[in-house]
Amino acid sequence: MFAKTGEGAGSGAEPAAHRPGGPMVEIRGVDVAFRTGDRTVQALSSIELTVERGEFLSIAGPSGCGKSTLLRVVAGLTSPTAGEVALRGSPVLGPRRDVGFVFQRAALLDWRTARGNILFQAEMRGLPKAWARKRADELMELTGLTGFEKAMPFELSGGMQQRVSLCRALLHEPDVLLMDEPFGALDALTRENMNIELRRIWERTGMTVVLVTHSVAEAVYLASRTVVMGPRPGRVIEEFPVELPGHRDYERTLKNAEFQRITSRVRELLGSTAPAD
Amino acid sequence: MAPQAQHVSDPPSAAVADDDRTATKPVRRRRPPSAVTGAVYPVTFLALLTVAWFVVTATELVQPYIIPSPGDTWSTFTDHGAYLWEHTLVTTGETVAGFVIAAVVGILVAVLMVYSPALEKTFYPLILFAQVVPKIAIAPLFVVWLGFGTSPKILVAVLMAFFPVVISGISGLRSVDPELLELTSTMGASRLKTFWKVRFPAALPELLSGLKVAATLAVTGAVVGEFVGANSGLGYVILQANGNIDTPMLFAALIIMSALGVLLFALIQLAEMLLIPWHASRRNRV
Repeated sequence: MFAKTGEGAGSGAEPAAHRPGGPMVEIRGVDVAFRTGDRTVQALSSIELTVERGEFLSIAGPSGCGKSTLLRVVAGLTSPTAGEVALRGSPVLGPRRDVGFVFQRAALLDWRTARGNILFQAEMRGLPKAWARKRADELMELTGLTGFEKAMPFELSGGMQQRVSLCRALLHEPDVLLMDEPFGALDALTRENMNIELRRIWERTGMTVVLVTHSVAEAVYLASRTVVMGPRPGRVIEEFPVELPGHRDYERTLKNAEFQRITSRVRELLGSTAPAD
Repeated sequence: MAPQAQHVSDPPSAAVADDDRTATKPVRRRRPPSAVTGAVYPVTFLALLTVAWFVVTATELVQPYIIPSPGDTWSTFTDHGAYLWEHTLVTTGETVAGFVIAAVVGILVAVLMVYSPALEKTFYPLILFAQVVPKIAIAPLFVVWLGFGTSPKILVAVLMAFFPVVISGISGLRSVDPELLELTSTMGASRLKTFWKVRFPAALPELLSGLKVAATLAVTGAVVGEFVGANSGLGYVILQANGNIDTPMLFAALIIMSALGVLLFALIQLAEMLLIPWHASRRNRV
């Protein structure tokens, strides 16, 4: 019904994880510069990054390291000044329909119920109604929103709102889920719970996720690989494969020696690149 | 790290989460009774005001030709009911027509201005000029152009009511969450669809505030138009009564005009209740 922005974009009914292998996201020599007045700020400098299909990649870094900008470049919301990005092999030239995006704030439509907010994704894309309703119900069950279908956003806690936002981002079965500080506005306890939930969902669905975060523990607990970025200009400092068990119990993972080794190394790197956040 | 932290408890399982839901329910249940108790205050105040009016006139503290008694005013309603009704209908028609035109044109102009900075720059000074020019001064010109019929009155009402609609429309349409607009751009939806499903509903709270102001101004506009040249309408009634020093009739006309404004205001209030029950301004009051 609407023009597709990317090749093969949209509503494939088959989850990304089941498609043939190969890189999902390829970032090649990406630079982003912003002009403010007569000053040019180099937000990102020569970023090289590949995200494999089914991988959970987390990007940790201090404020101003350009990690959010990088995520926006992948989604096609910001154009790189140099370099190129490809999603599933097709170059990103504008906003992409084959991604799911979760912001720090839930950014829900205040006038719609939880379910209505999730179905908003389907309405805007013109996806079949019956299919979308079924999928919305499945996602609400997956994220523990069953029973809250008719709740308005103002009746939901911050964590519940963010669950709705996650369901909305997953409704159209995107090839890649992009999360920009999704739990940054939540209190510590809720955040932990959301981490456990997200890890569980990823273990069950095997989707490709790129998550940007301030929290080192979050970055390592959730990911199969963690990238550490530094500021001025925003660049990749180091990458860590997170070799922890596939199924991660939260308490046990936090006590795991490998987990502690990686987190302390990441903290060291962050401490050396930027003032405390 | 967590500046907007909300609920501390955020249970991962749906079973526990149900408790969370019941905790939010009372917000809904509290609404109807407070709407009733809320009406007590203005009604009491009006009643006290009427008593004071009665006392002032009954004790002849003020001469009856300056402030007529409530009884005299009431008899004007009963004795001249048909006369007042006829002119009320005229003014009501002009007011409603002026308000509807101002609302439709105002919203259209607001949409055009939000989507086109060039149009905004071009027409903003003109709209501002139309707002600052004294309507009472421009009304005679409308009579010259359009004659003694209803159209110059409607035009003055439009001119009065138009500005708040445009201003609130523009600021409402701009108040939409930019992240929501980015989100819709990843959904590949058309601009029209984005407008109807995101921008317009997001603008409604502010727009409705502007419409409330516009409704009360439309009454003023219609009456100002009638002052300048008319042979019907409440403005005409006031001019006639003034000529005859018929203060009870003046009071009657004033009461009807106020009631007309309040009624229009209340209608939009009702629209607010139906259209934006989700908005903070409706959740926390009434």
